[in-house]
Amino acid sequence: MAGSLTSLRDPRYRARLRALALVAPLVIFIGVTFIAPLGTMLTRSVYDPVVADVLPNTLRLLDSWDGVGLPSEAVYAAASEEISQAEAERSLGLVASRINRVRGGLRGAITHTSRELRNVQQGSRRESMIAIDSVWSDPATWHAIQVTGERFTSRHYLNALDLQRLPDGSVVSQPDERRIYVHLFWRTLMISALITLLCLVLGYPIAHLIARSPPQRANLLLILVLVPFWTSLLVRTTSWIVLLQTQGVLNDLLVAIGLIGDDGRLSMIYNMTGTIVAMTHVLLPFMVLPLYSVMRGISETHMNAAASLGATPLQAFLRVYWPQSLPGVGAGALLVFILAIGYYITPALVGGSDGQLISNMIAYHMQTSLNWGLAAALGGVLLAGVLVLYVVYERLIGIERIGLR
Amino acid sequence: MAIIVWISRNYYLRSPVEACLILEGQILIKTGGQASPDSPGGASEQHHKNTHVEFKGVSKSYDGHNRVVKDFDLKIQTGEFVTLLGPSGSGKTTVLMMLAGFQTPSEGEILLEGRLIHDLPARKRGIGMVFQNYALFPHMTVGANLAFPLEVRGISSEERKERVERVLRLVRLEGFADRHPSQLSGGQQQRVAIARALVFDPTLVLMDEPLGALDRNLREEMQYEIRRIHRTLEVTMVYVTHDQQEAMVMSDRIAVLRAGIVEQISVPEGLYEAPQSAFVARFIGESNQLLGQVHRLLEEDNVCEVKTGGEIIRALKVESCGVGDHVTLSIRPERVKINPGPNQYVNEVNATVRDLTFLGDQLRIRLATCGIEDFIVTIPNIVGHGGLVEGDSIRIGWTTVDCRALNYEHPNPEN
Repeated sequence: MAGSLTSLRDPRYRARLRALALVAPLVIFIGVTFIAPLGTMLTRSVYDPVVADVLPNTLRLLDSWDGVGLPSEAVYAAASEEISQAEAERSLGLVASRINRVRGGLRGAITHTSRELRNVQQGSRRESMIAIDSVWSDPATWHAIQVTGERFTSRHYLNALDLQRLPDGSVVSQPDERRIYVHLFWRTLMISALITLLCLVLGYPIAHLIARSPPQRANLLLILVLVPFWTSLLVRTTSWIVLLQTQGVLNDLLVAIGLIGDDGRLSMIYNMTGTIVAMTHVLLPFMVLPLYSVMRGISETHMNAAASLGATPLQAFLRVYWPQSLPGVGAGALLVFILAIGYYITPALVGGSDGQLISNMIAYHMQTSLNWGLAAALGGVLLAGVLVLYVVYERLIGIERIGLR
Repeated sequence: MAIIVWISRNYYLRSPVEACLILEGQILIKTGGQASPDSPGGASEQHHKNTHVEFKGVSKSYDGHNRVVKDFDLKIQTGEFVTLLGPSGSGKTTVLMMLAGFQTPSEGEILLEGRLIHDLPARKRGIGMVFQNYALFPHMTVGANLAFPLEVRGISSEERKERVERVLRLVRLEGFADRHPSQLSGGQQQRVAIARALVFDPTLVLMDEPLGALDRNLREEMQYEIRRIHRTLEVTMVYVTHDQQEAMVMSDRIAVLRAGIVEQISVPEGLYEAPQSAFVARFIGESNQLLGQVHRLLEEDNVCEVKTGGEIIRALKVESCGVGDHVTLSIRPERVKINPGPNQYVNEVNATVRDLTFLGDQLRIRLATCGIEDFIVTIPNIVGHGGLVEGDSIRIGWTTVDCRALNYEHPNPEN
């Protein structure tokens, strides 16, 4: 007690406490709004106790099943009892939809069975269940129950990577018609890379111009760059729709000057083009700002020095300016790329069917199909990808940057 | 005979006939390019061979109205060290930038070895340049910085290596090739910057206040270093500074600039001993300046009598002036004698000691005399101060030669 009092009187200790108190709101905020949801999401992607909680006996008894023939009478008995009980507790729907995701058609079978089981009083549970619905004689049904019954599961991640686990435990690709996510991840990466490149090509000269302008003009130009930041995302996106749609400004203009015929109007929105154009526009400031801040630190005399040493403007740029602007290029590219990978609203509004990115699929699973486990796994894969990129950036630019100082 | 020796040293004679012509005393006949000097051009271009850089009436204006450089004329000889000296805003850096090719003159001509260089971009001028803040490339090692000008000239990597080593030896930085500029001290960075401006063997090197960022001791050390390099390499150097001492230490000739105008071009001693304007007298060293009116012109050797503060002072007439004209008298503090013997000096006046400052090597005395309160006299610390105290009334004197009548300047002009 005395010890803690003295340490409280110690000004250094109190200063530290004060500092902690000042930081606390942010720490709590981040904890509540960022780390906790992230943790929950990642947990959800591997942990799913619903089926295991509702059908504990069935699952325990299924452990001794050989997996080839029909399970024992005891399994059927436990299953029918627990299904009836779950129906009474109104938790059967959750179980049914989970099993249904592994093997389609089982939701209906399970709810139907639960209703019919009320009328069954005696006799073999196995026979009565098979009589109610023939799916109960199919070993695949029991496999599906077994798979969904795992509390900790990799099936969401396998699913997110277009893989599946066969009853014998081997991991294989999904059949062709169910392989969508890897392709979508790939497309998201490619589009993000393309948008990053476009932002760099468009943003580099602007950033250079601003960095070399006298302060007043630089301010004005910066404001122009920042205007997209200040307007609502919806307004910006809608403007692109007005400009790019088939009956839009750009098409009208092209028709008016005779470059294209009235029947040959270009479709530039509600497809990949729309996504790329609108996202490049939205993300451009994230490229320009880091580039600008790095370029402002590059001494103007370096280019003069290079010229006086005999370098052509191109040589001077490639050997002197570009290497010094690399930290900005890296920071801007990383920022734009990571934002693009997770971008959701713009592709949802102007992407049409082929301009959708992985985030739109995550949103679909969160809001429509309610398969949160899969949504979480897709998000987890995305997060892992971003982290890998960050590490790559650290290795390539971060270390290089330290050498610069 | 000495002339022949001189000629044969400078020209490779093609035939005995030419030698005979010379022997017959027709040395200065134009041989129509038959003699081959060791630099391009014939004997008729002798003038251009020695003049490395020439400014002819060069003016520069950024906005079309205010000229930051006005009718600048300067000839720089090959191998010469010329300093452009002036306060900030005097246009000295602009002159240098025009020569380097980063600015274009609004009027006038700049000739490099007799050739007009207005259309020649900076990279093709082959001029070495040391920038104010060194402008070393921070992402390259010292070696890479030095190899850069050789690389863009397509010089092989072995030769690059050799020349980088040689130039590092010249600036006494052997073994620093693998360091980054940020790992070097200011003085070392400075040496690298100089080395980089020299590594591609330019005949002309420009330096724009290269020592401005260094502390005093290092600055002095570098002044001697630059002078040594200049003497070793025999390149032409044009140096820009606002520090008159720096200019004095290194230069063969100094051009003093003020508000875009050349006030005086001279060897360092000339600037100090024979300033042509009140500004130069004030800017180079220290000088007491008395404003007065010409009272009488004397016959002998451009001497005039000037009335100032109730005294008649005899001075050397530098500015052409007539009786009644306003002039500035300039007297160096160390040329004034305290309590001279009777009739020792033409100019003798009464003065009151205002204060005394001991500066180690000299004693600095502030006097009230000739109508001003801050007439400075310095006496070397070898004779003591003769028991002077504040408030003493004394006599001071100086010769006519040490008192120059210069152009009239309104008191407290800018700069």
